[in-house]
Amino acid sequence: MNDIKLTPAEMLSKEPRKWITTLLAVLVTVMILAWSGSALESNSTGGSGLSVAKGIFLGILHPTASMLFTLGTNGVPYLLLETMCIAFLGTLVGAVISIPLAFLGAGNIVPKPIAIVCRVIVMAIRTIPSFVYGLMFIMVTGPGAFAGLLTMSVCSIGMLSKMFIETIEDLDRGILESLSAAGCTVFDKIRYGIIPQLMPSFASTLIYRFDMNLRDATVLGIVGAGGIGAPLIFAMNSYRWNDVGAILLGLVILVLIVEWISSKLRTALMKG
Amino acid sequence: MKQSDTPKLYDRIFKPRKYTLENGKTVNERHSRLPLVLILLLAAVIVSGEVTGFSITTLLGRLNYFFVMLFDMFPPDWAYMKDVWSPLWDTIKMSLLGSVIGALLCIPAAVLSSSNLIRNRAVTAFFKFFFSVVRTLPTLVVALIATYIFGLGTFAGTVAIAVFTFAYCGKILYEQIETVDMGAHEALEALGIGKLSAIRYSVWPQVLPSFLSTVLFCFEGNVRYASILGYVGAGGLGLILNEKIGWREYPRVGMILIALFVAVVAIESLSSWLRSKLT
Repeated sequence: MNDIKLTPAEMLSKEPRKWITTLLAVLVTVMILAWSGSALESNSTGGSGLSVAKGIFLGILHPTASMLFTLGTNGVPYLLLETMCIAFLGTLVGAVISIPLAFLGAGNIVPKPIAIVCRVIVMAIRTIPSFVYGLMFIMVTGPGAFAGLLTMSVCSIGMLSKMFIETIEDLDRGILESLSAAGCTVFDKIRYGIIPQLMPSFASTLIYRFDMNLRDATVLGIVGAGGIGAPLIFAMNSYRWNDVGAILLGLVILVLIVEWISSKLRTALMKG
Repeated sequence: MKQSDTPKLYDRIFKPRKYTLENGKTVNERHSRLPLVLILLLAAVIVSGEVTGFSITTLLGRLNYFFVMLFDMFPPDWAYMKDVWSPLWDTIKMSLLGSVIGALLCIPAAVLSSSNLIRNRAVTAFFKFFFSVVRTLPTLVVALIATYIFGLGTFAGTVAIAVFTFAYCGKILYEQIETVDMGAHEALEALGIGKLSAIRYSVWPQVLPSFLSTVLFCFEGNVRYASILGYVGAGGLGLILNEKIGWREYPRVGMILIALFVAVVAIESLSSWLRSKLT
């Protein structure tokens, strides 16, 4: 350790010269940004943007009270219930589809080629935008909440199986070995060796996905697949900003409550 | 393990099993919560099934209709690719610029909402609440409002993506700032360096790599999301996707989806390579 005898100035001069790489990285970033700026175009509304914005925000900040407190099928409470039901069953059905896919995609359970093929399939499923699925399922069930549910489940597959695969690949094989050394049957090994290892993480992923599905439920509305999205988009397209405010207020409160509960549940699961 | 003195309601109804050990101590084995959880889940499934009109017979009987549209997409119309390039680049540029703007804007707000840097509880609580509310606003709604304000086109989409990135990256950034090692920060402040410089030289280097990695991850997701934004007129691939679906030109839809798939895979591998360099 003879470096210690150097003065701070000498130490600084021995610092590796990283400015060339930094400069290059900055240059590349700036160039890419300038290039992407070229895509910016908007058919300007002729300077009326500000007044339009003012109208929109005034409307949203004065939500229609009658919509918020009616219990009929077009009131906000029922729409929120429907959205929650869609997100809940959608997550569940998605999980049912993803679990076999995840086991087939886990590199430590099946041979590598099968796992890779399975992962490409999952990735392809994930690429198709949700409203395309929505349109496909409407052909199956007709417009309505059922189509939304199926769309949610297919859209959940991508993330769910990715997280499940990670959990399965982290399985501790030692526990299984010790169980077979103790003379356990295959069923015992699954019951006491695998399920306790996977359950908390799976449950936490599912709760998180439910949270996300609730938030994404508005996308379904644009194709008429049920939930709170459709009335929201209708209200926006007909410039009824007070109704938009009521729906958004309900949605924001619901999502905040669900998020709070879900983070509590997930910390409880983590602690075991 | 110390047992709490007043048992929870569940344990009072279902009495825990008592074991007496050889040394005379008694151990309580509480009943599993599994039945309760299962009953609640079952009730939720039944209610949801009623509300959404879930019917397994419709699903199985008519599932073939799901594939009608899918099979119509193949073989895709390869010649159409020349018209896909420009919206595809638009989508990528939109998400890139939106992610960068959102990420830059969220830095000051995230600093203001970190309770270890800002002493004032009211300020941090306000900014945290602001982040949560912005995060719950559906991106599609933001995009639609942006098209009313800024007119149809990619600019509206960029704004929507920037808003989403702002909320998502901001939340993760303040959570990271709150868990950094504050020793270096205290040492710099003890030396009399200014508040901002202390953050710049102690907190910033600690959170920068994971922050960049968060932004890259968000960018990946944004490319996929940007393809939906076209649906409300906010530019990009969604615009032609919506149009071709409307005209039922499914081979062209197939071509657009394949182009999107390849672009997403390429961006994901590039970004995961960059993220592996960062950490």
